Amino acid sequence: MSASAQVGTSVKPDPRELIARRAAKELRDGFYVNLGIGIPTMVANYVDPGIEVILQSENGMLGVGPYPIAGEEDPDLINAGKETISELAGTSYFSSADSFAMIRGGHIHLSILGALEVDREGNLANWMVPGKMVKGMGGAMDLVASARRVIVAMEHATRRGEPKILDACRLPLTGTKVVETIITELAVIRVTPAGLVLEEIAPDTTVDEVRRLTGTALIVRQPLPSIVV
Amino acid sequence: MNKVVESFDEAVADIPDGATIMLGGFGLCGIPENLIAALVKKNVRSLHTISNNVGVDGFGMGPILEAGMIASHIGSYVGENKLLEEMVIAGKLNLTLIPQGTLAERIRAGGAGIPAFYTPAGVGTIVAEGKEVRDFDGRLYLLEHGLTADFALIKAWRGDRLGNLVYRKTARNFNPMMATAARCTIAEVEELVEPGALDPDAVATPGIYVQRILLGAHYDKRIERRTTRPFEAEVSR
Repeated sequence: MSASAQVGTSVKPDPRELIARRAAKELRDGFYVNLGIGIPTMVANYVDPGIEVILQSENGMLGVGPYPIAGEEDPDLINAGKETISELAGTSYFSSADSFAMIRGGHIHLSILGALEVDREGNLANWMVPGKMVKGMGGAMDLVASARRVIVAMEHATRRGEPKILDACRLPLTGTKVVETIITELAVIRVTPAGLVLEEIAPDTTVDEVRRLTGTALIVRQPLPSIVV
Repeated sequence: MNKVVESFDEAVADIPDGATIMLGGFGLCGIPENLIAALVKKNVRSLHTISNNVGVDGFGMGPILEAGMIASHIGSYVGENKLLEEMVIAGKLNLTLIPQGTLAERIRAGGAGIPAFYTPAGVGTIVAEGKEVRDFDGRLYLLEHGLTADFALIKAWRGDRLGNLVYRKTARNFNPMMATAARCTIAEVEELVEPGALDPDAVATPGIYVQRILLGAHYDKRIERRTTRPFEAEVSR
């Protein structure tokens, strides 16, 4: 948390920004990374300027650049969220088949996605709520099945304060045993064979509060470091 | 050899009711706008469509849907189309959602003469229901079948009368695979040039896959989500 965010008032930084900032620390120089829609897209804003990371967009692009300056939007240049973007020196374009061949082939180092639910086995549900309109899974099932690492970046609980990290997902799954790490505004949690391990905690919360908002047992790492962003 | 067709009406004239049609594009990017308009005008019925998305209200595949021309659809993401929801619930449209990479590869396989393949996407999910699951080296995969179509309606940036096509940026997406997977591929382009004008190294769809080609007089190219950054913004990447 930057000093300026605390000056004068008790205004907390946007939890979504905190999640994106912490998730950005998982990136390493040379990584090819696919970012999902929402908080994961924000991760691109916080990449350490000392490393070079190449972003993949599954609609057929490597080297995704920032949003264009107003007036320079190109309808032929969008990301997988259908947002206008820009290209960089070194960008390449390819078909959807080539795009998913590089995903399926295990060439993507890291996939960061949002979630509706994650459970202690690393099962992920993020595409469908029965009884509501089915939008479709898009590329999420392909990404979680084949990226080398899958990180979920999401708010810890629902808006009503109900846990999203559970013993077992209740919603239809996107993938089974695919999530390696969960990053929220409260915690960094690793999925391990022994169960979910609380590895880092936000400075402004407690283990009891994290447990209250988590629907499954947490193993607490000792000593427990604070999340640094 | 001249694959150039003079009008969009002529290009779609022999598409019958009940045809299986692939439509290129991702969202509204790289869609065959003029061919879609001609298809709607012809009012073909009971179509089986294969396309990643189904457009938006009033644009892209939206008007095909609104005209009640679609009997079944295979895609990966259908967004928040209220009408589609109503039609699916009312049993008027049979919707099959499949993972996007599986869709892309099924089309690629269909065009490449590969009847089926194994993929890990969807293992352990409802996508796996009714499909063969096989273990290769300790990892599970689903058997998925290739897809083909009667017609593919695709969009490229530039093309020549032999059907060679060059795409532009992310407007390529599903167009090249669909070109290979249909008995009759109809390509519309923004620039129709003479053979020799395209850089042979840049041709992404060789003409063998294209049966008809024509010049689109006008392109709307609507933007689904217009996102920009302030002029002064620091670019962190």
